[in-house]
Amino acid sequence: MIDRRLVTNFDWTLIGIVCSICLVGVLNIYSASAAYKLVGAPYYVKQLNWMIFGLFISLMVASLDYHILEDFSYWFYGLLILLLLAVLLVGKRSLGATRWLNLGFFTLQPSELMKIGIIITFARYFNNYHAADGLTVKDMYFPLAILAVPALLIMKQPDLGTAMLVVLVALSMAFYVGFRWSTIMTFALVTVPMGWFAWAVYMKPYQKNRVLDFLNPERSRLGSGYHIIQSKIAVGSGGVFGKGFVKGTQAQLRFLPEQHTDFAFSVFAEEWGFVGALLLIVLYLCLVLWGLNIARRCNDRLGGLLAVGVTAMLFWHISINIGMVIGLFPVVGVPLPFFSYGGTSMITSMVGVGILQSISMRRFMF
Amino acid sequence: MIKEQRYVRELDKPRQRTIPLAVVATVLFFLLLLRLWYLQIIKTDEYRAMSENNRLRFLPVAASRGALMDCNGEVLVNNRPSFSLAIIPQEVGDVAATLDRLAALLKLDRDELLERWEKSKGRARYYPVVIAANISREQVEMIEENRLRFPGVEVTMKPVREYLYKNSAAHLLGYIGEISDKELDDPGYGEYNPGDYIGKNGIERAWEAELHGNDGGRQLEVDSRGRVLRVLSEKSPTVGNSLVLTIDGRLQRIAEAAFGAQAGAAVVMNVTNGEVLSFVSSPTFDPSLFAGRIPPEIWKQYLEDKRHPLENKALSGQYPPGSTFKMITALAGLEAGVIDENTTIVDPGYYEMGNHKFRDWKPGGHGIVNLRKSLKESCDTYYYKLGEKLGVDRIAAMAERFHLGQPLGIGLAHEKKGNVPTTAWKLKRFGKKWLPGETLPVAIGQGYLLTTPIQLASMVATVANEGTIYRPHLVKRVVDPDGKTIKEYGSEILGTTGVSAASFRKVKQGLYAVVNDPGGTGANARLWDVKVAGKTGTSQVVKLGEDRKRAVAYQYKDHGLFVAFAPFDKPEIAVAVVVEHGGGGGAVAAPIAGKILRGYFDLKKPQQPPKQKNAAEQDETPQGAEDDAALPPRDAAPLRRDEE
Repeated sequence: MIDRRLVTNFDWTLIGIVCSICLVGVLNIYSASAAYKLVGAPYYVKQLNWMIFGLFISLMVASLDYHILEDFSYWFYGLLILLLLAVLLVGKRSLGATRWLNLGFFTLQPSELMKIGIIITFARYFNNYHAADGLTVKDMYFPLAILAVPALLIMKQPDLGTAMLVVLVALSMAFYVGFRWSTIMTFALVTVPMGWFAWAVYMKPYQKNRVLDFLNPERSRLGSGYHIIQSKIAVGSGGVFGKGFVKGTQAQLRFLPEQHTDFAFSVFAEEWGFVGALLLIVLYLCLVLWGLNIARRCNDRLGGLLAVGVTAMLFWHISINIGMVIGLFPVVGVPLPFFSYGGTSMITSMVGVGILQSISMRRFMF
Repeated sequence: MIKEQRYVRELDKPRQRTIPLAVVATVLFFLLLLRLWYLQIIKTDEYRAMSENNRLRFLPVAASRGALMDCNGEVLVNNRPSFSLAIIPQEVGDVAATLDRLAALLKLDRDELLERWEKSKGRARYYPVVIAANISREQVEMIEENRLRFPGVEVTMKPVREYLYKNSAAHLLGYIGEISDKELDDPGYGEYNPGDYIGKNGIERAWEAELHGNDGGRQLEVDSRGRVLRVLSEKSPTVGNSLVLTIDGRLQRIAEAAFGAQAGAAVVMNVTNGEVLSFVSSPTFDPSLFAGRIPPEIWKQYLEDKRHPLENKALSGQYPPGSTFKMITALAGLEAGVIDENTTIVDPGYYEMGNHKFRDWKPGGHGIVNLRKSLKESCDTYYYKLGEKLGVDRIAAMAERFHLGQPLGIGLAHEKKGNVPTTAWKLKRFGKKWLPGETLPVAIGQGYLLTTPIQLASMVATVANEGTIYRPHLVKRVVDPDGKTIKEYGSEILGTTGVSAASFRKVKQGLYAVVNDPGGTGANARLWDVKVAGKTGTSQVVKLGEDRKRAVAYQYKDHGLFVAFAPFDKPEIAVAVVVEHGGGGGAVAAPIAGKILRGYFDLKKPQQPPKQKNAAEQDETPQGAEDDAALPPRDAAPLRRDEE
């Protein structure tokens, strides 16, 4: 049943890079949560389980021909929109936002699935849409509409980080298809006033606060800017070689917020220094470049679009998360793929890797 | 396989576009590295110093909660400063030794200190942990003198809630307490920190957002000895807004005193706008105890008291309305045309239906009874018969027009909705058909009927104002710290009953007779100067069989009820009183209502006794009633018999 060519063409480079990052991540979570008093399995064990489960899922996805994604893409999209609506109506509230659907046996976060959903939907759309001389503004009407619906629904939860990611991934794919210059200019002229509108009317005070905190961490709001200051102290105090494994004072004294999830990179940079951070970033760069390579050498349009979409998703996660913990971007609560603790992020990223693998394995088939 | 049939599109231009994408990605990652270079190599000494020697410390400054005032501006709840002892986890070093020395120096219970300290495990290490609240000035001085011996120990000042009238209106005002972990996770409490005090019950809870204010605080950089190096950021606290309540504190205390040791509830409402003037649940408790550790013996006492002091009976207590409900049954009968004011029955002391005898409370019966007499003497047989003719659904429809069986939305937690049974309700609840015999107890306010005292007050207020249901409300105004009114709450009409004024007048005549006519069951609520109308009720807690033996334990005794409004001619206030397990309503509840009404009219500045004008204004004529013949002499008769 399984084509032999699939086995011979299995992309070991891809799996190799992903596993390396995951394992470094598990070690780092071990250190980050060493100061926690816990009941139940420690976080690093759980993360290891998620990693293995994620790899399994990624193999399952890889074994499918990615062309079937095209067939059910709009159904999947429709279903996700319904789920997002359901979240707003009957979702589970936690930490100030409604993001989860309680399905009894587990909780589902449809906005996370939407990241994959938008990749598949855009891939299908652009696969069947020819724009020989680049996309015009008119060509973008439909894609922007199918992007705006989920983005606004996610923003409403409110989950600014995920909404931003969905938009960035979709736009990256459109960029890959190619814009005309006039299109880019028009968008610039439209988005600036819209950005102003979002700021003035739409954004929640805490979201504005985060942006303002980012621009000026010493702002006077109670406790705000604290995360950034502590994270910068952690990273900066790491120096060239770091303080050593489980020796980061910032992390071990628990100065860092969410240090095993969103701020995992700070812990790593504190304990392994610039050298460690450099190696990790190079690993991530390899992953991104390899993803783009898969897109490049793939011979059909759909595969190229999917590969670029998945790579863009990973890329934006990585740069926003790291940028956030070192004070380049606002704190938006975006996890670092394969590195931050958390099952949801792991599964989403691994599904993406599965799609990449599926494309990579079949590169000689079309 | 599918893929063979599929038209696979050639990759064209986009293929080359992976190159610019790769360039963009590389450049962005390079920027990240550049930033890391700046932080970890160029600025590393600065950050390393910050992480090694210096600590950031956060000193919270709690905002003062807003005050609660009564309708006359008298302060009921306020704050006073109090000192507490806190430990900053990252600076304390040897906790056990510090606790030992603190306990010895300040003569505090070490176990208690330890317990509070243990509770803080897992919190941010820069955030002070309060280990003893409410310490004395002497203790504060001792700490300050021995500062150097106690690194990481801080004295913090924060406002403490003071309930100026102790137990008065405790159920209404509520209390505050330390925020729980569960509440911290609740998004509704997003802005709070561990150790904050928030409203846990009553007004304190319902109006938390207005009352709390915004806590302030300072982010300090301190050295290893806790000396402040610089202030990183500072925010001053904002005092919470105050509330002006509709409650009259003086009337509230009069009403509470009237209960004595009896358990029960009373609600006093303005019939023209729904303002709640008193809100009593007896016995009451001391709300200030809940802000700290409640002494175990007091807690035990609260829990074991069979009168349930912690329960808010006015809002959450559900009682069969007993005979007070007869006014609803009567209105249903009048509106349906089943009876009019002249309809009479002969009461032998029971009503026979099928082969079952439904007994009247008066063994020998009331003789010939019309509507007025049926209310005055609370004749059960009259309503058994009326109930059978009406059927339960028509009675229930009238009750629902008065918003019985539904919460009135007073705005406090735990408001109960009571119950108005219908045939559909029984089918749904028990899966059984309604039996005709079950209608009869409902007609006299027993059976499956349940009401809360606040609903009873609203019911009688609606009768008094002849048909308008106001939402009972507790807050008149929200006032900012400068004394400026921010929000004002007027009356809100929930609905109208649609019952004709004529029917209301007929029933009101009967309610007048209850209090003022000889033989009326509510004579204990009579005032010499103001005309009161009301209705007694006695609701059975358990069925005791035909000859109800009275020698029963407290918890099986009947509830006594009384609802009233006054003045009869131009109603101002409505009162509902429930005395739990007190016995007959006329004997136990009516005197309390009488005292409350007396208090209200005394407080209202002594006014001229009703003048002749009052009588002349009245446009209704009394409807023939045989027992009117023996009216006692009164200041001003409401019924102009002589002109009839």
